[in-house]
Amino acid sequence: MRPFDYRRPASAAEAAADGAETGTAFIAGGTNLLDLMKLEVMAPARLVDISRLDMGEIEQTEDGGLRIGALVPNSDLAADPRIRRDYAVLSRALLAGASGQLRNKATTGGNLLQRTRCYYFYDTAMPCNKRQPGSGCAAIGGFNRIHAVLGASDHCIATHPSDMAVAMRALDARIETLAPDGSSREIPIADFYRLPGQTPHLETMLTPGELIRAVRLPPPRGGRHVYRKVRDRASYAFALVSVAAMIRIEDGVIADAALAFGGLAPLPWRDTRIEAMLIGEAPARELFALASELLVDAAQGRGSNDFKIPLARRTLAAVLGEACELEIAA
Amino acid sequence: MLDIDPRTSILDALRNHIGLTGTKKGCDHGQCGACTVLVNGRRINSCLTLAVMHDEDAITTIEGLGEPDHLSPLQAAFVRHDGFQCGYCTSGQICSATAMLDELQQGWPSHVSADLEAAPDPTDAEISERMSGNLCRCAAYPNIVDAIREVAGGGK
Repeated sequence: MRPFDYRRPASAAEAAADGAETGTAFIAGGTNLLDLMKLEVMAPARLVDISRLDMGEIEQTEDGGLRIGALVPNSDLAADPRIRRDYAVLSRALLAGASGQLRNKATTGGNLLQRTRCYYFYDTAMPCNKRQPGSGCAAIGGFNRIHAVLGASDHCIATHPSDMAVAMRALDARIETLAPDGSSREIPIADFYRLPGQTPHLETMLTPGELIRAVRLPPPRGGRHVYRKVRDRASYAFALVSVAAMIRIEDGVIADAALAFGGLAPLPWRDTRIEAMLIGEAPARELFALASELLVDAAQGRGSNDFKIPLARRTLAAVLGEACELEIAA
Repeated sequence: MLDIDPRTSILDALRNHIGLTGTKKGCDHGQCGACTVLVNGRRINSCLTLAVMHDEDAITTIEGLGEPDHLSPLQAAFVRHDGFQCGYCTSGQICSATAMLDELQQGWPSHVSADLEAAPDPTDAEISERMSGNLCRCAAYPNIVDAIREVAGGGK
């Protein structure tokens, strides 16, 4: 690990100001950042420790939603009674990720910003446009079993690794930030992540020093929540394909649907065409098959990851079946 | 008071600066769980944690859970059920299981809990899922689960 300066600012405002300096990284849980620093994939000159700032609460908001402080650990978020009751898809997604130890340390803000687990990104001997812009992509034409089939570019085919962010994408979360100049804003998660295009090293819309303070969830949407994660092991592995689904049925037809996908794309993926196709229709196998085709109509395999296309199709069809059946049974 | 390089993990601080070598270094990347310790009662991977970030926290290692003449219930159960072969992962397994039982007590759900809102039972499936962050290359898993289940008072 390269040497770094360590600072522990007393306030979020001070942290954001510190964070604006080139070569600075915020550290909270550190479970991803320290791993990458040990490998020298990341080598910040300065760590700004935000772990003791006052951003660890989950509060009710005026509109009936929740405001989740950026420092709330993944464990606490998954176990919070309000999340378990009203945002079950989020609890399920969190519990499907990492291990008990990591969830205790990993934070809400950090989880959103975790880096890809592309093996070429991790291997400093290999070219990687995300790690070293302009150096090339070893995954294209290389071993790319875990890589993206949607939203990728000729510069990068890495996937976003988070389960939590997939559920938050389905939930239409908003990310509340504080900038070094003291201004704050809320970024809808739909606008938070960038597709790789020609600049895969730019992963989010955050500006230098902009600090995630909280994540806001809208009021509970109801319906049946399902998070299904397909992976190489039954536990403690990243998703090959995951689906977050919220489905509400009224009078025999799908009245509401929100769907997001992990393991398929450089960001938590959502395709509102699928939701539009489902809403107003009676749940049926043929409908689910059509919806699943729509998900992958623009998918592009790169060789070792070709299997993800039929896997994504079948997983979505199965999740829709499960969510509707549960909802009808309830 | 320790005066150490900011790069030092809790794991390295324990082993190299304080002389507590019960906590083991396996992968040093948060993948194996051998380095699990409790920070303010919660299990974490000490290899992925900077010591400098925890200067006022209470850290419990395997040395703090029991002693040869006064084993903790989990330590005694691991001996009784032969929950190890080489023993390298064992201190991490026991620290992890100690905190995991507390999480069960608090009613935290897991990936395999059918009902997110019901109190979880310490079944084998629950124990295995909740212990998935601790690898055992000798594959003593069945006996590890037996040992933990006995202390948790669960059924198969």
